[in-house]
Amino acid sequence: MGFWTSYRLRIQRRRWLVRSIRKRRELRSIADRTPSINRDDLLLFSTQRNEHVRLPYFLNYYREKGVNHFLIVDNDSNDGSLEYLAEQPDVSVWHSRKSYKRSRFGVDWLNWLQLRYGHGHWCLTVDPDEFFIYPFCDTRPIRALTDWLDASSIKSFSAMLLDMYPKGRIDEQPYRAGQDPIEIASWFDAGNYTMDKNKLYGNLWIQGGPRSRVFFPNEPEKAPALNKVPLVKWDRRYAYVSSTHMLLPRGLNQVYDEWGGEKASGILLHSKFLDTFTVKAAEELHRKEHYAASVEYLAYAAALKDNPELWCKWSEKYINWRQLEILGLMSKGNWA
Amino acid sequence: MTVGIVMLVHTALDRAEQVARHWSVAGCPVVIHVDATVSRRVYNQFVKALEDVPTVRFSERHTCDWGTWGLVAASQSASEMMLKEFRDVRHVYLSSGSCLPLRPVKELIDYLSARPRTDFIESATTADVPWTIGGLSEERFTLRFPFSWKRHRYLFDHYVELQRALGVSRKIPNGIVPHMGSQWWCLTRQTLSAILEDPERDTYDTYFKRVWIPDESYFQTLSRLFSTNIESRSLTLSKFDFQGKPHIFYDDHLQLLRRSDCFVARKIWPHATKLYEAFLSTPEGAVKMAEPNPSKIDRIFAKAVERRTRGRPGLYMQSRFPNHGWENGVTCGRYSVFQGFSDLFEGFDHWLSKATGAQVHGHLFHPDGAQFSGGQKVINGALSSSPAQRDYNAIAFLANMIWNTRGERQCFQLGPDDIDAPLGFLARDPNAQISVISGAWAIPLFNSNRNFSDLRQEAARLQKQESEQLDALRSPLSKARIRIWTMAEFIEAPMEPLQSIIDEMGQHSLRRLSEAPRMTDLTGFGQFLQNLKNQGMHPYLMGDFPVNPPGLNQTKLPRKPYLVQ
Repeated sequence: MGFWTSYRLRIQRRRWLVRSIRKRRELRSIADRTPSINRDDLLLFSTQRNEHVRLPYFLNYYREKGVNHFLIVDNDSNDGSLEYLAEQPDVSVWHSRKSYKRSRFGVDWLNWLQLRYGHGHWCLTVDPDEFFIYPFCDTRPIRALTDWLDASSIKSFSAMLLDMYPKGRIDEQPYRAGQDPIEIASWFDAGNYTMDKNKLYGNLWIQGGPRSRVFFPNEPEKAPALNKVPLVKWDRRYAYVSSTHMLLPRGLNQVYDEWGGEKASGILLHSKFLDTFTVKAAEELHRKEHYAASVEYLAYAAALKDNPELWCKWSEKYINWRQLEILGLMSKGNWA
Repeated sequence: MTVGIVMLVHTALDRAEQVARHWSVAGCPVVIHVDATVSRRVYNQFVKALEDVPTVRFSERHTCDWGTWGLVAASQSASEMMLKEFRDVRHVYLSSGSCLPLRPVKELIDYLSARPRTDFIESATTADVPWTIGGLSEERFTLRFPFSWKRHRYLFDHYVELQRALGVSRKIPNGIVPHMGSQWWCLTRQTLSAILEDPERDTYDTYFKRVWIPDESYFQTLSRLFSTNIESRSLTLSKFDFQGKPHIFYDDHLQLLRRSDCFVARKIWPHATKLYEAFLSTPEGAVKMAEPNPSKIDRIFAKAVERRTRGRPGLYMQSRFPNHGWENGVTCGRYSVFQGFSDLFEGFDHWLSKATGAQVHGHLFHPDGAQFSGGQKVINGALSSSPAQRDYNAIAFLANMIWNTRGERQCFQLGPDDIDAPLGFLARDPNAQISVISGAWAIPLFNSNRNFSDLRQEAARLQKQESEQLDALRSPLSKARIRIWTMAEFIEAPMEPLQSIIDEMGQHSLRRLSEAPRMTDLTGFGQFLQNLKNQGMHPYLMGDFPVNPPGLNQTKLPRKPYLVQ
């Protein structure tokens, strides 16, 4: 990387940071329990809007995995989720009425919270419909992973988004609060992912999966990106650039090996496609608060009208992380 | 007689306390060295917590930075204290705060009592082992290393460069031969006291203070001077990964550690509660005299290192995206590509799948979409046949298909019209077996019912495309098994090449092919080519076809040439 590119990226990173500091004014603290954060605590950052039904399972899942504190931005919910979050003993929650899109889909808000509270902590940034899977997650807490990453001098950990879907129509089985969404959306595409290197930021750009297969069969270039780096040993100089797909400084995006080896990596099980999705898709279509003028949601709405089945004969049913490892979707790397 | 335990501790003091208690309950005196970087308050607390144990001592504190003299100094002062204060100690066992005894302490004591003169210390000369970190092996002993590798890497590296440039070489004192090995040893009182009380010790200490990673060479070298019986292995199970940092054990390693029969393992994750509970509460039952046998653990960790450095061949994923030439297997399994065969033979796909049992697809890179076997729209791994999906990243499409169907051989057809096929990728993949009958695309034209001017144009186009494809396959970088016949060449003796292709695929049959595929009727084909020529279009890819070849037609071909031997 030349001096000029390096300089440009530095300026860009500073700009995102300044922007996030400016955007902090859009956040109003509802419940601030951040003084209770200890030095080594594992923090989880998230934005949410009207996800009340998902929150109980979401919080419990990550509590069990060893997350110590949740820092959540609520984007103007009206389903009681804000109140629910404010009651939780290990949650700090902020509220914003401002545009999700103008905050670059929540990235500015979270960059601010990470700048303010994340410095020196391992920070996990996930949405309420994303469940972090990592090697040995059935027997070891996330702390085991972060301790190992610390010992290996690794600062960021990759976890590709894996879209999960139910068999049959998406809206066939209703989701109840507290239920494991993977019980319903337990299927995934095992081997139709494409990846390309982003020369500027150094990250891999991964696409594919059911969304590309069903919603964008003829324009796969429009399918959403699936590469994510959700777990980072945060430093106040870091900034997420676009969702959690990539970060600056760009060394943090180097989560893959280029010399034939496999680095350790995980998966984010993405349980977006539940019965709640159809309603959400319709709403998002009106709000137009999502990426690229909600092109994704336009495609969903079009496809969902006639045949909302993502399942096919070759779909794979989720069992555990070892299955994902064998399929080559994630890797233990040299963690044993 | 008993074993004295020297513990070097710097974090997770609560675990260290547990382990120290465990040792002393079993009758082993313990001398603990706490890193000088641990705060006074924490240290005092720790000392206080162990106040009630009479056989625990705390030695003079040194700063222990990785790879520096501090670790040796700590071992020295703790060992001295051990030898002085506990007269009945015969072996001194050096361990760390993250070590965990796996077998009843009694077994260790008995094991060592049975070998009263043996020093267990891994010790090998630099010439004999490839243990290098940071590109240094012998130079560890001939250069000076005043800067920390972990904290001042820049100074470290440049000082090494400088010394190399100046040709600095230290003199090794008294002609000792440097040895290296695991820093976790177990030495007898005789050997250890000989090292510590050696009148030349100051000379050695001065020398080793500037050696790199002296904790892996100080005792390893000096014990060679005094020991009568060195067993060059460590009693501590400690595995290192490719960066030279120790592997860590977790709760899920419980069974593995149990079965290893090792005395002590490191390093244990401080939060591995189950491991600490299980091994620190082992009831003193029947004493086993088993030799340590860490082979299974060795295998698991060796595999982990292999996965990190070599990876799974043919896999492209979020954390493995090899550069050109570093794939260690461009694809994950062998597959066959046929060009022209389905034009020349009727029902070739069917015949091939019968003859080999492989999965046979049509044209995977057909412009209208992938022709998966059985006309499926989606196959293994939910890979879609949509042409847009495929062409978006044709290499990934192919690599994915081979990966998704691993364990089952794949065959597919190629043709001059499949312009989106990633030929460069195919050609440089040693797993690809590519067989081409050039010019066979003319047969469907010959059999079609179209105007001759159209045919001529079409033939010119296909010939141009196929010729470009052949150029790509003939690239000097090609690593695939590529065979190219002209059509004329091929039909002279079609069974021979077919047989060798099938043999090479190594699928089930040891038998010879019993049934040949049926060749298309080529009567008049020579004339057809001549007509093209007469129109000014020279078809050359099919080789020299006589206008009226003597007896070129189906019935004259021997049907089962290999049945009679």
